[in-house]
Amino acid sequence: MAKIKYHMLVCGGTSCHASNSEDILKNLQDLIKIKGLDTDVQAIKTGCFGFCDKGPIVKMMPDNTFYIQVKPEDCAEIIEEHIIKGKKVDRLLYQGTASKENLSNSNNTGPHKKQIRIALRNCGVINPENIEEYIARNGYQALGKVLTELTPEATIEIMKKSGLRGRGGGGFPTGLKWEITRAVKADQKYVVCNADEGDPGAFMDRSVLEGDPHTVLEAMAINGYCTGADKGVIYIRAEYPLAVERLKIAMKQAREYGLLGQDILGTGFNFDIEIRYGAGAFVCGEETALIHSMEGLRGEPTVKPPFPSESGFLGKPTNVNNVETYANIPAIINKGADWFASIGTEKSKGTKVFALAGKINNVGLIEVPMGITLREVIFEIGGGIKNGRTFKAVQTGGPSGGMLTEKDLDTPIDYDNLIAAGSMMGSGGMIVMDEDDCMVAMAKFYLEFTVEESCGKCSPCRIGNKRLYEMLEKVTQGHAVMDDLDKLRNLSHVIKDTSLCGLGQTSPNPVLSSMDNFYHEYLEHVGNKKCRAGSCKSLMQYIINAENCIGCTLCARNCPVDAIAGERKQAHVIDQEKCIKCGACMEKCKFNAIFIN
Amino acid sequence: MAKIKLSERKLQELKEVCKSFNNDKGELINVLHKAQSIFGYLPAELQEVIAKELNVSVAHVYGVVTFYSFFTMTPKGQHPISICLGTACYVRGAEKVLEEFRRVLKIQVGETTADGKFSLSCLRCVGACGLAPVVLVGEKVYGRVSPDGVKDIVAEYNN
Repeated sequence: MAKIKYHMLVCGGTSCHASNSEDILKNLQDLIKIKGLDTDVQAIKTGCFGFCDKGPIVKMMPDNTFYIQVKPEDCAEIIEEHIIKGKKVDRLLYQGTASKENLSNSNNTGPHKKQIRIALRNCGVINPENIEEYIARNGYQALGKVLTELTPEATIEIMKKSGLRGRGGGGFPTGLKWEITRAVKADQKYVVCNADEGDPGAFMDRSVLEGDPHTVLEAMAINGYCTGADKGVIYIRAEYPLAVERLKIAMKQAREYGLLGQDILGTGFNFDIEIRYGAGAFVCGEETALIHSMEGLRGEPTVKPPFPSESGFLGKPTNVNNVETYANIPAIINKGADWFASIGTEKSKGTKVFALAGKINNVGLIEVPMGITLREVIFEIGGGIKNGRTFKAVQTGGPSGGMLTEKDLDTPIDYDNLIAAGSMMGSGGMIVMDEDDCMVAMAKFYLEFTVEESCGKCSPCRIGNKRLYEMLEKVTQGHAVMDDLDKLRNLSHVIKDTSLCGLGQTSPNPVLSSMDNFYHEYLEHVGNKKCRAGSCKSLMQYIINAENCIGCTLCARNCPVDAIAGERKQAHVIDQEKCIKCGACMEKCKFNAIFIN
Repeated sequence: MAKIKLSERKLQELKEVCKSFNNDKGELINVLHKAQSIFGYLPAELQEVIAKELNVSVAHVYGVVTFYSFFTMTPKGQHPISICLGTACYVRGAEKVLEEFRRVLKIQVGETTADGKFSLSCLRCVGACGLAPVVLVGEKVYGRVSPDGVKDIVAEYNN
């Protein structure tokens, strides 16, 4: 950053971008010019602050003031008050949910407490479209150190010692993966960055790519040096246009600075990167499917072995790592394996980025040390459940994971504990649910996703999941019998045991974990034809309370299927056989006479 | 089925694209992305041309087109509307929003209105979970959409 008194950091992540953060940036820049402040103040666009629910965000440096839900028309006030008069604009400050105080210094702000930012160290701090800002924050120093001071073997040793495990979901030790790929002899090898973030509700990879693209490029080059590859490929979703654009800018700048391409830093090491696009297929997050997709084929997985480290992209040894894994690597090289290994639990080192979403107050990205509890994440960092409702469950690991409940709230989060609790780490999505969410319907929602995304290659996944989905549909519609619940469980185990790839092997997890934790809800759906959350439409009944109904006939006139009968000025009645549960009557009733049973 | 006549000018553009990728069959997905942005969709006739240019079978191209949800064989509306059904949007009521779009536009998911103005589709997570539920019209993102707000969004594009 240049020698400037004030920096105004405007979030340019997708959420804030969608709420006009571009206009805010432009307004600020215009105002700075008009007021003649250009020598002292600078407004720049950064990556995601992880505070998406309260966007658009403007952060003032160096005093760390954090303005939320800023509108383009607020810019003049911020400049006038904060910059010129030195007074904070109170109404735009973040309001803590626990205490009702204004928190003006974001380092103490609720969601920032307990966080350690390693993978996200530069997100929201630097301008992702300027390589010099990355370099100023020790960028490309790790690559320089590795190329000039360390052998590939010594670097792999650091990675192994750090204890870093794959952040894409599997949790395979990164150093070991590199060592295996290095050991294979071949004329050509590849390193791949898996940026096909398909888990709905997880957006950490997108934030890293948008907020700090150079860290991924640097780490890929280090990976190439260690494994003996001179070509890197980033496989990225076509749904992330902003990330693609920033990656392209970063690659161009890195080449201009001699940090990618031929003879990097004069060491004789060659390495360059190209981008390949996904086209919307969840299964492509699986290594072998991803590689087939990069080759222009249908993204279907194949049996391992051979592992990609032996025969991957175009039949050559290929090392695939995920975006977040890469984002940790330069920090580990710079600060040392011992530093990294000192954070986290015995078997899971470092931090993990989670995307908090669903019924929670502070939706956004957080990076926390491994070993933190769900309670701390949801109630302290996340600010608790929205609208003062009661916590019911949290789904980790996306469609492959499971539901964790009240009893798991104090379990330290790491790879092994989550599996023991019947879920998994996955890519880091965390969807919080409250009492209004029906667990059977949630399981059905995830199954619908799996059915749609199953590639169809192996029958347990293709046919089995479809049958599972149909059974769940029967349950939510109140047509199921007790036998179906046993069938549901049996079929789930068969699919897990016999599917070809990780997608099918984990797809019944939401069903099994919801049955383990909320079996009573299944029983209620089947036995009493009741959905306690009131979310399964077929089990709902709209009923008119005769005491409140004055017989205005408004509901009867608005019913699309003529299910409501009654004389004028007499209480009306809904024919449950005819009712399609559209809710139009309840919406129209001015006397609160209609309720849901 | 009647054959669709593809515009000569656009076909020429497509052939240039194939050439820029060295007519390499490994670049099929990249070519399809470009083709879809030129033509708006990937009809069978277009797939035949691509197959010929990259020297692969039409079945191979068709297999790839139908595998990925991003590719479509039906033309989209002038203003394609996509409703995010990712988990974060789902738990915040995206299904009700979708239902309202269906009701207002009188079309199902995957269909286009008779006047060609709107088409309706679902997608999984645009990564703007902070704004859930999210609706995309073209490239524009609408956040925190409620069923009540659906009419206003449609009206915005209807004049």
